[in-house]
Amino acid sequence: MKKVQVLVRLKPGVLDVQGKAVEHGIADMGFESISGVRVGKLIELEVSQDTEESRKQIDELCTKLLSNPIIEDYEIRES
Amino acid sequence: MKVAVLVFPGTNCEHDVLHAFNSVLGARCHEVWHRETELGDPDLVIVPGGFSYGDYLRSGALAKLSPVIESVRQYAEKGGKVLGICNGFQILCEAGLLPGALLSNSRRRFLSRFVNVTVQSTNSSFTSEFSDGDVFSCPISHFEGNYFIEPDGLKGLEDGDQILFRYCDAEGSVVEDCAEANPNGSLRSIAGICNTTRNVAGLMPHPERSIQDITADRFGTGGSRLFTSLLAN
Repeated sequence: MKKVQVLVRLKPGVLDVQGKAVEHGIADMGFESISGVRVGKLIELEVSQDTEESRKQIDELCTKLLSNPIIEDYEIRES
Repeated sequence: MKVAVLVFPGTNCEHDVLHAFNSVLGARCHEVWHRETELGDPDLVIVPGGFSYGDYLRSGALAKLSPVIESVRQYAEKGGKVLGICNGFQILCEAGLLPGALLSNSRRRFLSRFVNVTVQSTNSSFTSEFSDGDVFSCPISHFEGNYFIEPDGLKGLEDGDQILFRYCDAEGSVVEDCAEANPNGSLRSIAGICNTTRNVAGLMPHPERSIQDITADRFGTGGSRLFTSLLAN
């Protein structure tokens, strides 16, 4: 069983209100050197095959469901 | 007029729509569960508000995979009228039936209040009973209503006269960077759009909640003209 991680991030420039809220929290903690917070998603998958077909399926899954290409980018990480 | 209103797990505004059509507007409205593929030969399909699939992943992302959406897609391709309200708008965008996406409100708040909306195009079955520039009050209730589209898409919407509604102040002025006039931070204050063939539309405000006397004194019943437009076409 192959484990695959999909990272989904809002595209650069797309407003990330979660990131902004976390940044305010960080400011409240007094950590002045930390900024530029962006919050994304980590989705873990288990794949029973490692074929060209299964890779295509994961790509299709990422573009059609796990991310919205209008506002998000994704990155596939295999372990 | 026969109206189908879709129901997904987590939809919660279908009864508002049923009440509006069956008890106020004198039409016939029936529910269609999201696993169904038969729409029941309607003159109009409404995708109502709520929190389909708990807004998991993204608002509307999982609902777009329900079997009923394929039927709605075919219905729309044949020219059938489809209106998405609030979460319904989010679902239609996710399904690719409308362009763009809805981001979280720019000021990080769930917004539940009346807002002012101005009519930008009367050239649609959804807005024909309005006059250009009409201003009306309508409730919103959402966390993700901040309309976004890339620059080319925006140009397409503007050139194609596809922007039906924008948020505005009480005088009807559209001010994009003003919290009062554009509460969720939508790009160009866009509140509602239609597709290029003008038979699919979506908006974040809830017109079905401002059609009766109960809101008339303070807020008017401006939402009703959207429905009388649909009934007239």
